[in-house]
Amino acid sequence: MCLAVPHRIIALRATNRALALAGAVETEIRTDLVPGLGEGDLVLVHAGFAIERLLPEEGEELERLWEEVRELAGPQTR
Amino acid sequence: MQVRRPDDMRERIRMLSGALRGLADRPVKVMEVCGTHTVSIFRQGLRALLPPDVELVSGPGCPVCVTSQGEIDAAVSLAGLSGTTVATYGDMLKVPGSGTTLEEERSRGADIRVVTSADQALSMARGDRKRNVVFVAVGFETTAPATASVVIDAVREDLDNFMVLNLHKSVPPALEALASDPEVKLDALLLPGHVSVITGLEPYRFLPEKYGIACAVAGFDAEDIMLALVEVTKQVRKQEPLVASLYGRAVRPLGNTEARSVMEKVFTMKDASWRGLGVIPSSGYSLREEFSRLDVLERLGMTVNSTLPPEGCMCGEVLKGLIDPPSCGLFGASCTPVHPVGPCMVSTEGSCAAFYRFQRGRRTDWEHLP
Ligand code: SF4
Repeated sequence: MCLAVPHRIIALRATNRALALAGAVETEIRTDLVPGLGEGDLVLVHAGFAIERLLPEEGEELERLWEEVRELAGPQTR
Repeated sequence: MQVRRPDDMRERIRMLSGALRGLADRPVKVMEVCGTHTVSIFRQGLRALLPPDVELVSGPGCPVCVTSQGEIDAAVSLAGLSGTTVATYGDMLKVPGSGTTLEEERSRGADIRVVTSADQALSMARGDRKRNVVFVAVGFETTAPATASVVIDAVREDLDNFMVLNLHKSVPPALEALASDPEVKLDALLLPGHVSVITGLEPYRFLPEKYGIACAVAGFDAEDIMLALVEVTKQVRKQEPLVASLYGRAVRPLGNTEARSVMEKVFTMKDASWRGLGVIPSSGYSLREEFSRLDVLERLGMTVNSTLPPEGCMCGEVLKGLIDPPSCGLFGASCTPVHPVGPCMVSTEGSCAAFYRFQRGRRTDWEHLP
């Protein structure tokens, strides 16, 4: 029920709406919960509303954790 | 910032599984709060990858499952009113009230329509001003901002035929109820990714600080979940619980402040009754005074009855992670996804349904990993 799906915004429409693409499916979404969206932005969509921009980077905590996992896995792994 | 990890996914999962084995030096009971996590864990067969000391239990994070029978009964009785359309997310159709379901009422001719967005319900009200449209608003913080947005629209457009059966609930107070329950005894929590998109990390800080519970906000694929398990197991081992954020591509530390300000405008907190968990203080979103004419219960002077759970259904214990679904006497016998007795078997994200679909005799993709 809380599933949210990444969509790419392909065109802005009238106030608070945009056309967005997920896979091959185009849908009209509401954009009022994420100010300043533009064409080409990648967003998470839940129940017809964009709820956040998706960033390409994963964040520091994840990077640090992978370092530790690599150490725990030992020197034989790259 | 580029995370350095093997290119091959199987290799990554192998490393994570190995790391988890290396880290688990004591029993760790981890609850995945979110129904989407529950399904992902089963679908990907992740339980098979865990060392014996790491126990995963499912929590109350499926909004459908925690909707009480009385609330379903209220939705059903609204569907019986003349000139009224009930608009609902599809997940709610099969949930048993005390006598019937929305789906059964629909087959008897009630005007019940499935929507995938609150915005569609609002459009229905706009399209036919002579019919009342009642939107059954369920969901946690992920979903509540959408309801808040259409409530604001309805008031601005003066759509007085649009109303809401508002059942929205808040996750952090439910986690507090679980954390403080001496029966439940959690060591760690996988926090729900898409609820956290809205809430940010702050509302969870009390979990490590007050209750010593290790926490990680996690994404939804196999790698995300394994990483989160490694993280919380490490926190437990070092006895340094905190709220780690491992879903940074979607979750900002402060959450979605715009969505929260829309919610703040529309909702105030009230005590709410959760199926299986009972009444939890300040865990329900209620419409503020200035929007109360959209509240269908208020408008019609209705109240939600408190009802007892179906006899033999152990959803309460399942939602608290106290038992696995097969320990319920009705599981797989009188209770199946086709004929569900309790809501945990109805929703595809309910623990009982996930167990039923994925548990038995399923080969997992990871079987021959070490
Ligand atoms: S198996 Fe059915 S009856 Fe038993 S706890 Fe789950 S939903 Fe309730």
